[in-house]
Amino acid sequence: MTKKPSFNLFSFIGGLYHKVSSGRNAVIFLAVYMALTSLWVYFDSSRSVIVFLLFLATVLLIYKLKLSHRTKVIFAAVLALVIVPIIGVRNIFYLEVMFQICVFASLALGLNIVVGFTGLLNLGYVAFYAVGAYLWAIFGSQQLNMLHQIPGSAPVGTPFLLAPDWFYLFAFLGLAVAAIVGILLGLPVLRVRGDYLAIVTLGFGEVIRVLANNLDKPINLTNGPQGITPIQQPTIPQGVQDVLNAILSPVVGHTISIGEFYNLFFYLAALLVILVIALVVIRLDDSKIGRAWTAIREDEVSAVAMGIPLVKMKLAAFAVGASFAGIMGVLFAANRTFVSPESFDFMQSIGVLTMVILGGIGSIPGVIVGASVVVILNLQVLQGFSLFLNDLRQSGGVIPIINFAWKDLSSQLDPAKYQRLLFGLILIIMMIYRQAGIIPAVRRKRMQKAGQAPLQPQAEVKPTVEDSHDAA
Amino acid sequence: MMLLETKGVTKRFGGLVAVHNMDFTEEEGKIYSIIGPNGAGKTTFFNSLTGIYRPEEGTITFDGHMLIGKRPDQISRLAVSRTFQNIRLFATMTVVENILVGMNNRLHQNPFGTLLRSRAFRDEEDKAFKRACELMDFVGLKNVGDELASSLPYGGQRRIEIARALASQPKLLLLDEPTAGMNPHETDDAIALFRRVRDELGITILLIEHDMRVVMGISERITVMDYGEKIAEGTPAEIRSNPRVIEAYLGRGAAAEQLAESEA
Repeated sequence: MTKKPSFNLFSFIGGLYHKVSSGRNAVIFLAVYMALTSLWVYFDSSRSVIVFLLFLATVLLIYKLKLSHRTKVIFAAVLALVIVPIIGVRNIFYLEVMFQICVFASLALGLNIVVGFTGLLNLGYVAFYAVGAYLWAIFGSQQLNMLHQIPGSAPVGTPFLLAPDWFYLFAFLGLAVAAIVGILLGLPVLRVRGDYLAIVTLGFGEVIRVLANNLDKPINLTNGPQGITPIQQPTIPQGVQDVLNAILSPVVGHTISIGEFYNLFFYLAALLVILVIALVVIRLDDSKIGRAWTAIREDEVSAVAMGIPLVKMKLAAFAVGASFAGIMGVLFAANRTFVSPESFDFMQSIGVLTMVILGGIGSIPGVIVGASVVVILNLQVLQGFSLFLNDLRQSGGVIPIINFAWKDLSSQLDPAKYQRLLFGLILIIMMIYRQAGIIPAVRRKRMQKAGQAPLQPQAEVKPTVEDSHDAA
Repeated sequence: MMLLETKGVTKRFGGLVAVHNMDFTEEEGKIYSIIGPNGAGKTTFFNSLTGIYRPEEGTITFDGHMLIGKRPDQISRLAVSRTFQNIRLFATMTVVENILVGMNNRLHQNPFGTLLRSRAFRDEEDKAFKRACELMDFVGLKNVGDELASSLPYGGQRRIEIARALASQPKLLLLDEPTAGMNPHETDDAIALFRRVRDELGITILLIEHDMRVVMGISERITVMDYGEKIAEGTPAEIRSNPRVIEAYLGRGAAAEQLAESEA
């Protein structure tokens, strides 16, 4: 074999990556990478998307590098509990991004159970999110004390129904109520299959939104299109605030306001929820239940002939998927202190579906990455582009050659409105070029793990990429 | 003892009577076959037995249970398992996972044990995995446990399907044209496998088969169907010389010739 003399960038990077992909090198590499990107984000006042993406890539590195389980957990914990809070409190926008990533990744994980594992196309998934959000919105605001007032005419100083700390209970109630709604929807809906199921769920999603829109009469339950506000947030004890302020304010360079504390609180709460959700999904996937779901997706007739109770397992998928959306709905309502039907329209369902498809249908790490990418595109890339265009408008410049003044640019061209275009493009491109998504789903290799794999070496074992690097 | 007994089973699709007034019995521990020309209603009869179709008339008794009106998964739980005419594996799952799905009914893991990864859960999963490996050995699949089911050659897929059916610990195994598309060598292996299923595992087998070598070679009794009805029943020797069977397969002329020959 003769080696090509030419320099190949990809093999160079691959070789570098291989050198640091395991053992002690990996720990050092990861620590240095994490420190550098964190510092960069910390000092980057322009909120550059690229810097933030490089920083987020730390998570992927932790996932990909061959490290012991314990090392990974330590790195992840330092990143999520120390570095992100510091960076986030210094620049509160990042906490918002992280919160949204956690929320949408949870929704994507929930939808992934229904669409990805079980193969039931649900186009009204956001309805369950709405159920959770409205649950806390109605009980956590003054709404139930002004049932008989016309929307907008409530007297000032109407008392709240519950104390703010009921929020914690309602997070679990949101979980349960959404699961029950999932089952109630599932019972009539699961008679229909395939395309028909998609249409029925689409209708259901709209029904929930329209209900939220119109239940301001005869009694004012949802306050109609104006939405419900203010919704209470759980209290953060003064003691905790003081302690955190003492620790964090020298690091971030200012005293932390109550608003920033809430951003931090919701980031941590959403992080906790998604960690639990991810664990639940991973464990369900690798059990009798998960296998039954996948079997149903692959071949319903065959699955039922093998003794899988179809209705029961489909309902389970609906309920589990819905419950994730329910608990995140409660968090969302408290975080925004405001909910309105607008937040739960059909585009939101499509958005979550886009995350699942982009990341990889049926792939747990995939849909988390998919959710992160879509949130960052939405919050940072599109908005960054919007700001850039605005700057151009105000600069009074003209486009050369065609002599078009930037300030005459129609506001319809505002990139923040490109969201739908973006979803559409992502769906089309993924369906044509990479149907399995960014990180395709892989089946667990049980034989290898059990050490029973190839008893006698097979003839056509090809050296893998890693092996060839070893030899070099 | 009769393991399976059907009386007057009739299944209609609109005006078409796919299975008409089918009486059938099978003794425990035997290998029986159902043969008949294409469209004779054999697979419809299987689907009626396994609950995929619900017959309009008749009774089906299996091991003391009435099967009509039960769902396929309930029937599977009563220890009836089957394979399909055109292989229906879970294509994107691995071979081991396919077999584990077959075991679903026999696993007792509950959601809480699953989420907490309890000792009982882990023990059961380990046991199930070991059993899946044994089943792969039994049907002669080697070193393919982690392969996707769809990536195996045709003969291998047939074997997975049988292993998956065996995983549910059936008393009665229904095989729908299990050797279709196999070469003579593979067919011989398959015949040997069916014998071992009965002799070593004590599972009663009912086959639908077109390959007369298989049918005559291993069946203790044969039932012949034509146009949805049972036209003959008996040992392989009886069936071979039955004029109605010859007529159904070869046409009236051939039957007359055969009759003339035997009289001459």
